[in-house]
Amino acid sequence: MSQVRDILVIDDEPTINQAVEKVCGAEGMTVTAADNAVEALRCMAQDEFRLVLCDIMMHDLDGFQFLEELARKGIRTPVVMMTGYSTVENAIRSLASTGAVDYIPKPFTADELLTVIRRSRRCSMLLDEAESASLPRNGSMSFVPCPTDYHRLGYVSWVLMEDQGIAKIGVSDLFLKAADGIKEFKLSPLGEDLLQGVPCAEATSPDGSTHGIMCPLSGRILEVNAHAQSNPSLVEKDPYFRGWLYRILPSNPASDLQWLSF
Amino acid sequence: MLNSKISLKLNLGVVSTVLVVIGVFAFFNIQSEKKSLLTEVERHANQLSEAVKSDTEYDMLHNDRKGIHESIRRIGKQVSIDRIRVFNKSGEIIYSSVATEIGRMVDKKAESCYRCHSAGEPLEQLEQKERTRIFRPYPDSSRLLGIINPIYNEQSCWSAACHAHPETQVVLGVLDVTMPLTEVDRNIRHSQLAIVIFAVSAIIILSLIIGLLVRWWIDRPVQALLTATRHVAGGNLGYRVEVKGDDELGMLARSFNNMTDNLAEARLQLFQSDKLASLGRLAAGVAHEINNPLTAVLTNSSYLLKRAQGQPETADDLQVIVSETIRCREIVKSLLDFARQTVPKKRKADINEIIGRAATVIENQLSMRQVELVMDLDTTLPNVTLDANQIQQVFINLMVNASDAIGENRGTINVTSKAISLGPTGVLQIKRALCPKRHDLVDRKIQVDAKPAISMRYRKKKQTGLIHLNPMYGSTEHHLNGMPAFDEGVEFLCPDCSTSLMAEGEFCPHCEAPIYAFEVPLKGLVQGCLRDGCGWHQWEQIDSAWNDKYVEIRVTDDGCGIPKTQISKLFEPFATTKGQKGTGLGLAVTWGIVDNHNGTISVESEVGAGTTFIIRIPVGL
Repeated sequence: MSQVRDILVIDDEPTINQAVEKVCGAEGMTVTAADNAVEALRCMAQDEFRLVLCDIMMHDLDGFQFLEELARKGIRTPVVMMTGYSTVENAIRSLASTGAVDYIPKPFTADELLTVIRRSRRCSMLLDEAESASLPRNGSMSFVPCPTDYHRLGYVSWVLMEDQGIAKIGVSDLFLKAADGIKEFKLSPLGEDLLQGVPCAEATSPDGSTHGIMCPLSGRILEVNAHAQSNPSLVEKDPYFRGWLYRILPSNPASDLQWLSF
Repeated sequence: MLNSKISLKLNLGVVSTVLVVIGVFAFFNIQSEKKSLLTEVERHANQLSEAVKSDTEYDMLHNDRKGIHESIRRIGKQVSIDRIRVFNKSGEIIYSSVATEIGRMVDKKAESCYRCHSAGEPLEQLEQKERTRIFRPYPDSSRLLGIINPIYNEQSCWSAACHAHPETQVVLGVLDVTMPLTEVDRNIRHSQLAIVIFAVSAIIILSLIIGLLVRWWIDRPVQALLTATRHVAGGNLGYRVEVKGDDELGMLARSFNNMTDNLAEARLQLFQSDKLASLGRLAAGVAHEINNPLTAVLTNSSYLLKRAQGQPETADDLQVIVSETIRCREIVKSLLDFARQTVPKKRKADINEIIGRAATVIENQLSMRQVELVMDLDTTLPNVTLDANQIQQVFINLMVNASDAIGENRGTINVTSKAISLGPTGVLQIKRALCPKRHDLVDRKIQVDAKPAISMRYRKKKQTGLIHLNPMYGSTEHHLNGMPAFDEGVEFLCPDCSTSLMAEGEFCPHCEAPIYAFEVPLKGLVQGCLRDGCGWHQWEQIDSAWNDKYVEIRVTDDGCGIPKTQISKLFEPFATTKGQKGTGLGLAVTWGIVDNHNGTISVESEVGAGTTFIIRIPVGL
């Protein structure tokens, strides 16, 4: 009998599956655990899940192959990638992949896990809403998509290539909405070197959860938007223009940009 | 062997040259000696024959045959004379010092007559040379020199009382004197022998001298170089050739040493990066393996912490587990960061607080070992821009090392912090320097103070040469290589294109001497004065923007100390002295972290007395 469950966690380490079951179960979510991707696909054929937590490094089918399999089957359940092999490349590949919405490096605390789960759930809900809103009967949109000439890193952050090779980076409206509003931004100081796929700013939601904003482009910070720091609501109101976060001098734009989507 | 071949070839070349030279010299020498000896004998014979002629003239005129006989016999008895004879026109021997010959006819074809009678009709006048002949009467006898002297008809002859000769006869007879050449031949043989002896001894002496010189100047240095190449080929890159002299081989030895130095450095770097690469693979593997168990610990403990809000005691304990696990997470990440050489996450932080946190972590370990930790921290320190987790790791590493150095013998670890000022001079190394035509003056082949030097060419009238400046900004320990006194119009040029490096129209503000200037790409102009004892320098862009505020932390122990030989390798990965106990990564990671903070780390140590690690981190923006 098919049922709708909240979380499917896939990891070859039983202790992690148990921990996730415990943490999410305590929050009232229903959790199913799978030891490997093949078993997970079987579970998904049986039940419907609101969110999948998937390890990247697994035997047989790895996390990215699992995503391909989902795409092949036309399953659109949002997936959050987890990995202990937390390389920058894994982070970016996860965010840039179709099918995966977010990425959480191991090890994580219960709160960090819950924050990502909530954010991803909200994100996929917003995306679903947006899809139905694009039908002519509903005129309003629940989030503002990125302007067309911006490059995006997943749903998290954006880059606008300005003149003279300087890039402006910021956070996307979808991320802000998925994080359920931001009351505070912690930005990196001037002159700092940022790395693509590594958090470049920390946002705190009204409920106290903190969200790392993955940097979309590597480079050195030339300018920090002081207004964004002093007035977080500016970012929420106008995330793509006045609410930018940094102006950076990209260190490797050509290879970085190939991971980003228009 | 190569060198013996070289000396053999050189010797053979020299010997054959000497042989040819001496041979040619000897040939001409003997020829000329022969000639002069013969000429002398000839002259002597001629004189003698003239003397005999004049001696017998009177007797002839008086037709005193007995007197003539007597005279000729007497003169012919001398040792240096073979015989004296007189023939008349028809070839009959009329007088002779050898009595048995008298009355015999001489064949006109005989060697004494041949000169005049060869042309049929006899000649009447002959040069002295023509009158002389050298011959051997028998094949095994010694050589003889004969000279004929025609006796001409004179008025006194035909008008003499005896009227022996008619007036029309031109030549009355011939006086023939022969002399043995035994003496001359012996002399010639002697000088031939002398020349052979001279040639042989010259060749021997020359070979010896050249052999010795080759041995001193070529053989030994080449041998030393060969030994060195064998050592280096065998992998001993620390081997040095002793440099003797400034000749080509000296230069070769120097450049050989330079080459091995560079090779050693390159190998070290290769080795280092190889080690770093394997460290990276190791770290990545470790990260994955450790992160999974850490996830279980962290999720469970943080989950428990959330549920233990009502029980403060349990919550405190769980908080320790959570924050220490998070620290583990950061350590693993920093290991990965170090392997990937990524940038640290820097924030303004109080370094004393970080030292305090590090101390709390290892407190138990220290008290168990009865090691006392004494902290003397400057409470007025400015906040420093740094990655707190990484720097905490640095202090933990250093304190654990210190406690390991103390071992079981109860000791003290002193940690001090203070604010210091460090100027750019002596801290900043000039790594590129450009002439106006964009040639790089930094010469990687020449080192001053173990760093690639800045090379310039000086020119003073016709005198010129290279000088090498110390690349540490502000250092005055240059290698001026005997540059003449500065104030007499010395000019500095680019060694590549000879473009002037003088700052035109600018003078040293201290001594008013002309100054040099070169550009450091993107970092402005460096100017300086090289007048003896002045040492003024300026790098405007750096001098004005330099933030000289540093925080210095010293971690001192009174443990076993580090031998000098190990200090240079201390910060290399896997250079552990702790045997099985350490991974050898601690100080490499420490160095990487401090370097990532643009800081410096140095060691002072004395075996048996203790070790001090000095860390200097710029306060930053």
